[in-house]
Amino acid sequence: MAYAAGVDVGSTQTKAIIINEAKEIVGRSLTDTGANVVVAAENAYNEALKNSNIQEEEVEYVIGTGYGRYRVTFGNTQVTEISCHARGASHMFPNTKTVLDMGGQDTKAIRVSPRGEVLDFCMNDKCAAGTGRFLGAAAAALDIPLSELGNVAMQSERPVKISTTCTVFAESEVLSWLGKGKKIEDILWGVHLSIASRSVGLLRRVGIEEELTFTGGVTKNPGVIKALEQAIGFKLNISPDSHYIGALGAALFALDHIVASRAPSSVKETA
Amino acid sequence: MTEEKRVDIVGRGNVEGANLFRDWFAELGEAAKNDHGAAYVFVMGSMAEILKVFDFPLVLPEITSLQTAVRRVADEYLTVAEDYGYSSDICGYVKADIGIHMRERKHPMGAIPKPALTVLTNACNTYVKWAEIWERMYNIPVFVLDVPATRQAGGQFQPGSADFKRDCKYVEAQIRELITLCENITGKKFDIDRLRETMAYANDMNIGWKRVLELNKSKPSLFNALTDGTVYLGVSNNFRGTKEGSDYFKNLVEEMEYKAAHGIGTQTDEKYRLAFVGVPCYPIFRRFNEMFAEWGGAFVHSTYLHFASGGANMGFEYDVNRPIESLAEGTLISVREAMDNMFHQDRVVIEMVKDYELDGVVYHPIKSCRTVSTGLADGRRAMMAATDTPSLFIESDMMDKRVVSEAQIKNRADAFFEGLASRRLTAQNA
Repeated sequence: MAYAAGVDVGSTQTKAIIINEAKEIVGRSLTDTGANVVVAAENAYNEALKNSNIQEEEVEYVIGTGYGRYRVTFGNTQVTEISCHARGASHMFPNTKTVLDMGGQDTKAIRVSPRGEVLDFCMNDKCAAGTGRFLGAAAAALDIPLSELGNVAMQSERPVKISTTCTVFAESEVLSWLGKGKKIEDILWGVHLSIASRSVGLLRRVGIEEELTFTGGVTKNPGVIKALEQAIGFKLNISPDSHYIGALGAALFALDHIVASRAPSSVKETA
Repeated sequence: MTEEKRVDIVGRGNVEGANLFRDWFAELGEAAKNDHGAAYVFVMGSMAEILKVFDFPLVLPEITSLQTAVRRVADEYLTVAEDYGYSSDICGYVKADIGIHMRERKHPMGAIPKPALTVLTNACNTYVKWAEIWERMYNIPVFVLDVPATRQAGGQFQPGSADFKRDCKYVEAQIRELITLCENITGKKFDIDRLRETMAYANDMNIGWKRVLELNKSKPSLFNALTDGTVYLGVSNNFRGTKEGSDYFKNLVEEMEYKAAHGIGTQTDEKYRLAFVGVPCYPIFRRFNEMFAEWGGAFVHSTYLHFASGGANMGFEYDVNRPIESLAEGTLISVREAMDNMFHQDRVVIEMVKDYELDGVVYHPIKSCRTVSTGLADGRRAMMAATDTPSLFIESDMMDKRVVSEAQIKNRADAFFEGLASRRLTAQNA
């Protein structure tokens, strides 16, 4: 049995996935990226190996993805997270036509083919507006753990209108609403609606088509899911492994390499 | 053709272009030294044919500005203008130019003379406000040539129609006013035979430019529309209506025909043929291209080579037997074409996809130029709907490296090529 691995080095967290030849996930890990990207990639990979109970020698091909993909020094090659999220999402939810990936500091809208190929994509540019970092800034300003943010927000009855999309200014706007006596849940729900609105804008640029698969670290926030579903008018595809979909896509590409290497030479050439 | 000839001819356009740029700055430096006022003009409708008759040195501030970015010193000039009070949101070319003037017209390539007048068209909505700054700084006349634009997409008035004739008369009347203004400024009497001469040189350049662009349909492509093309474009603008410009384009056509006949491409590994839409990313000019070339992507065409040549791509040939009327016709047709290549770029890109057998199109909207960037998102959608050709949308700037993220551009370029490769593989296996 051969194994393939994908290591997704994101701006905030690094994810590793190991799959078998049947494309089943056999190991996974998640770690904070921190300042040393090379070490983060190694740690995530080693943790995934432990989690899967297999030896490093059994992994035939490793692909790095994410902004730190070129720092996955033990990897065989690199693929962008845009292609990896498309591939991973289509594997997990085969009817996926649109992917929304929301990570620590970027958000991507991707239109995919039935084979999981990228047809078009669009990303936020040069600022973290509408990304996980925006939620992080709001959480810090209100002194609420990130993991509780969504649940608190969903208690809102009269959300405020957050006018800034700038992560840096989010904190001061949140504080100004607090100063006006607004409830924390109303401010937070306003933050979630603002993120959802920004994301839908990105999605519209590539075209929103069902099924839409939501990926990345922000999938853990039920408030963002609710706000997005309200904004687009249908349910999103989400899995407990949504956070790992980029790494999964990388592992699937790695498996392609393993399969191609076993094929007769004429087939290999075209692959 | 001998090996010696090949060495001599391949790449000649870039070498001669660089030499001509040095000559241009030498001329400007000499004019600055002698306090000889220059004509400040723009790439879309420079009216060089008239201004050369009066021996005005031409300063093209769009070009002197972009050169500060290519030389990686634009931030020094932008900062001078911003410190003075110009907003970070306005045209980077304007601000770099203001910086040059506030530094006593000292440019990285040499001294720039003061303006004696400025001539502009309505092709860019910033031109007139820019010119008004010089008007206030130097108390010079601002001449605005109003060129009737296309009233509706795809609805250009064509020669022979009454509307076209009326538009030409309107432009012609303005050209006659410009001649009078030049006479008043220089004290020289207008010489119509010299106009015939400059127009004949401009004809050579127009014909050459059109031919060079057509020749890049060759496979592999003969020149890189983004890098080499910008050099050719610079000569087309700076030396319009001159013998040097005429000779240059004759030589360039010879070079391209030679390369086409011998299958000599611009890069060794041309896997994907691309078009570029918009204004280049000058702060990382070479690196931007490398991000595509390292995947085998070759820019074979660009809308920039249309609009920033003032529509010279039309190859309009003046009739020197009726010079002023014909200059009006050529100006109308060419400047209108330049405007259409910004505002209705979807049409020309759709044609490029077919004619140049493109694999993809790269759109480059820029922060500090709304004139060329507005509508690119819509144009892209229209192009993709009409041709099913993959495209990439990269937002950065033409001047300001503070809003150019190389890592983000590379990430998007990499994903774009992964998609192109996957698409090609699927097509091969179908």
